[in-house]
Amino acid sequence: MQRYILLRVFHTIIALLAVSIIIFLLVRLSGDPVSTLLPAEATLEDIERVRIQWGLDRPLPEQYFAYMGNVLQGNFGESLKWRGQSASDLLLQRLPATLELAGLALLVASLAGLPIGVISAVKKNTPTDFIAKTLALLGQSMPSFWLGTMLIWLFSVQLGWLPSYGRGGIANVIMPAVALGLFQVAAVARITRSSMLDVLDSEYITLARIKGLPEWKVIWKHALRNAAVAPLTYFGVIIGGWISGSVVIETVFAWPGVGLLSIEAIRSRDIPVVQTIVLFFSLVYCVSSLLVDILYAYLDPRIRYDS
Amino acid sequence: MTTFPTDVIAAEKTGWRWPRILRRYPWFALSVLFLVLVLPAIFADLLRAVLPFVHDPETGKLSQRLLPPAWIGPQELNGIQLTPGGSWEFILGTDKVGRDVLSRIIYGARISLLVSGISILIAGTIGTTLGVLAGYLGGWWDHLIMRLVDISHAIPTIILAMVLSIALGSGFLSVVIVISLIYWNSYARLVRAQVLALRSKDFVARAQMSGVSTFKIMLRHILPNVTNTIVVIATLEVGQVILLEATMSFLGIGLPRPTPAWGLMVADGRDLIVEAWWVALFPGLAILLTVLSMNLFGDWLRDRLDPKLRNL
Amino acid sequence: MQADKPETASDVILEVNDLRSYVFTANATVKAVDGVSFQVKRGETLGIVGESGSGKSMTSLSLMGLLPRPSGRVVSGEILLNGRDLVGKSQDEMCQIRGREISMILQDPQTSLNPVYTIGNQLMEALQIAGVPAAERKERAIDLLRRFNIAAPEQRMDDYPHQMSGGMKQRVVGAIAIACGPQLVIADEPTTALDVTIQLQYLKLLKDLQKQTGMAIIFITHDFGVVARMCDRVAVMYAGRIVEQGSVRQIFNNPSHPYTEALLASVPKLEEPTDRLYSIEGQPPLLSNLPAGCRFAPRCQYARPICTGQYPPSFTVEETHVADCWRHDPSWTQH
Repeated sequence: MQRYILLRVFHTIIALLAVSIIIFLLVRLSGDPVSTLLPAEATLEDIERVRIQWGLDRPLPEQYFAYMGNVLQGNFGESLKWRGQSASDLLLQRLPATLELAGLALLVASLAGLPIGVISAVKKNTPTDFIAKTLALLGQSMPSFWLGTMLIWLFSVQLGWLPSYGRGGIANVIMPAVALGLFQVAAVARITRSSMLDVLDSEYITLARIKGLPEWKVIWKHALRNAAVAPLTYFGVIIGGWISGSVVIETVFAWPGVGLLSIEAIRSRDIPVVQTIVLFFSLVYCVSSLLVDILYAYLDPRIRYDS
Repeated sequence: MTTFPTDVIAAEKTGWRWPRILRRYPWFALSVLFLVLVLPAIFADLLRAVLPFVHDPETGKLSQRLLPPAWIGPQELNGIQLTPGGSWEFILGTDKVGRDVLSRIIYGARISLLVSGISILIAGTIGTTLGVLAGYLGGWWDHLIMRLVDISHAIPTIILAMVLSIALGSGFLSVVIVISLIYWNSYARLVRAQVLALRSKDFVARAQMSGVSTFKIMLRHILPNVTNTIVVIATLEVGQVILLEATMSFLGIGLPRPTPAWGLMVADGRDLIVEAWWVALFPGLAILLTVLSMNLFGDWLRDRLDPKLRNL
Repeated sequence: MQADKPETASDVILEVNDLRSYVFTANATVKAVDGVSFQVKRGETLGIVGESGSGKSMTSLSLMGLLPRPSGRVVSGEILLNGRDLVGKSQDEMCQIRGREISMILQDPQTSLNPVYTIGNQLMEALQIAGVPAAERKERAIDLLRRFNIAAPEQRMDDYPHQMSGGMKQRVVGAIAIACGPQLVIADEPTTALDVTIQLQYLKLLKDLQKQTGMAIIFITHDFGVVARMCDRVAVMYAGRIVEQGSVRQIFNNPSHPYTEALLASVPKLEEPTDRLYSIEGQPPLLSNLPAGCRFAPRCQYARPICTGQYPPSFTVEETHVADCWRHDPSWTQH
């Protein structure tokens, strides 16, 4: 088990390093940030001066190592758009909002997705199953920004029950959380269902029934424990989906989180902020994948003892 | 002694079946797909020439701005007309610059089809090539390519799209490149798995022993046998590709205005949601229907061609 | 098919009368068990022999109430366990009976145990159903493992299934089966998936347990060697029906149905030199499309027109020995 974890951690670090290089290169290649940010009247000398000031005249590898050196000391650079604020500060400022949204979305997705998956597997081929499968398919085919917009139309414009944008109390967070989580409910339910179907065919489930266990115990203790591994491994992908999703949902609902920050930064070509956010998101994604892999190993003893 | 009526049980115990029409769902899905995506895409100009309610998607008269869908009448209060009613010339209403929504949806279909088609072609080519190389040649080819796949997994989709869009700017070509760079890895991974299985088969051994060059083996023996997998992956991914393009356009990092891209239309509609709900609803519906029917079709195709891909 | 000799009611644990279980699929109705009758007495071992698809496993599933849902159903007949009819009982009611009164050992030890729980956990769960109080469960579980000749049972309790060999797993499955002290245990080919060397040990174990507890065993197998070793009585199944039934001695010495003859003939004997292994020509009929007459007729060397025309009734060959074959009809020579 230890070896397995170490190997995965090693891979994760390599991946993150590669990501940082790629981001660095791409962003640098996208054109000269200085000329876009300085006023039009700026002379060539002004531009040159600023470039030297920001170290943009050095060769690329040197810039990269300087950047990484700073990063490892916790210095992620200063925002080009929001003068005076460091990129990391901006990120940290907006982080709580995104965490709040993502946390609630996670709750929605798992509280709804897992049971729906289990029930539709148990009641296979009944109308219940059909409805569940259709909803799941719809959920995966629907653009989340459109769902968010339509939710706003229904609950804010037509019914007036909920505010349509911004962060505030519970009323503000319901729609974005549902929009973000709902998308994944479909995926979770689908995976859970197919996993449960596989498990329910197993011999050990028959044995559990032979023992005389009540049906609910057969399903929820024996079957689900085996079936839950599949959606769990998918959770890593789901976290990735949330990161992507939060960008979209925060834009739709004007939710002041990291996702919205990233869009604003990209539009203004605020390189330090973009780099920081991308590194942060990649880190979150990689770490959560790692944690899921470890959890998977813990839940399935066969992996734990064999690796 | 208990006996149960067999015929009643027979009817009851076969389980609930899908209603007849849905059982033929691949055809149903295909026809919806055709209606929403392919026909308009191909015949957009023809439709515009022939039908009076299809217009130029990129121009609009301000006098016709924000007209509601045709079936909605004018809103009045105390005899004063607040908002005009719709007209059958603009069936689904108009947007804030006076452009007809239906026409933009029809022309938008062409955009979606082109973008997704080309992206998948490129992604599929890159991915399959790398997959075949990794699977057949093994060794450090395999290692390198698999590391690339891992790394590409490490960046969440939208983030990568955002960053690539900075590097490449906006525009049709950039969007295609962005999408291709994001979706190549499924092909690589799954084709590689398939190739690994094929590599040990007899016909490959025979070819090797007859001295056929490695390249020829990959091209003429391995490649044809992975076509099934490629096709299934492609159809399963079209839906996601269309969604990604729409999302990118919505966020402003995809196709530029005034292209009639569906995602852009929903973005506009979001700003207008209070007074003109139709501008956001219908393009979104088009996206939904297209992706839904592609998913249904892809599922059915996968079950027919290569059920092992169940967990894609 | 009924035996003629009258039995004392308290001897008979299980009485199955004309059991029919069908599987209803979209295209056809599969008559997996189509009129099966037999009895099992306390302490007795009944062997059910037949090839794959003959209905052996479906019979045992019918007894347990575990036919594949929702398409499988017992359609008619009686299953009298200690006089109570199990047919028509709800799943909840069957839940109470399973494990406690009637239990089963499955065929494949690799897949019968839940891979994510320790065998101790799974064993103690069975004891919980038996009503053993929590404090005693671990002791009793270790004791059960010991009875099944599992070495170092205390350590084994914390093992996961994949850490054990096939033979050991099958013993755990056996331990779980008898944990609640059922009166009837159905063993569905329990040794088929085991190494030959381990098979004998396992069979001996079961036999010893039976002597100790007085439980009845229904032993499903396709191996006549096992039948000879384990069983008191044998029922031969073909295409959903029992075609011959009798004591082991009677069946071996006087096989009265062509199918039984053929089965016995296809077991290679060490003492006789053979050039080719005898196998029965042809295939069993589709259970969804059964002929009107004797189902073995197409493959039978003795077949006559009446065989394909009408299903033979049960003829008594000897006391406690019956066979469903027209050859035993007094007017056979005229058919």
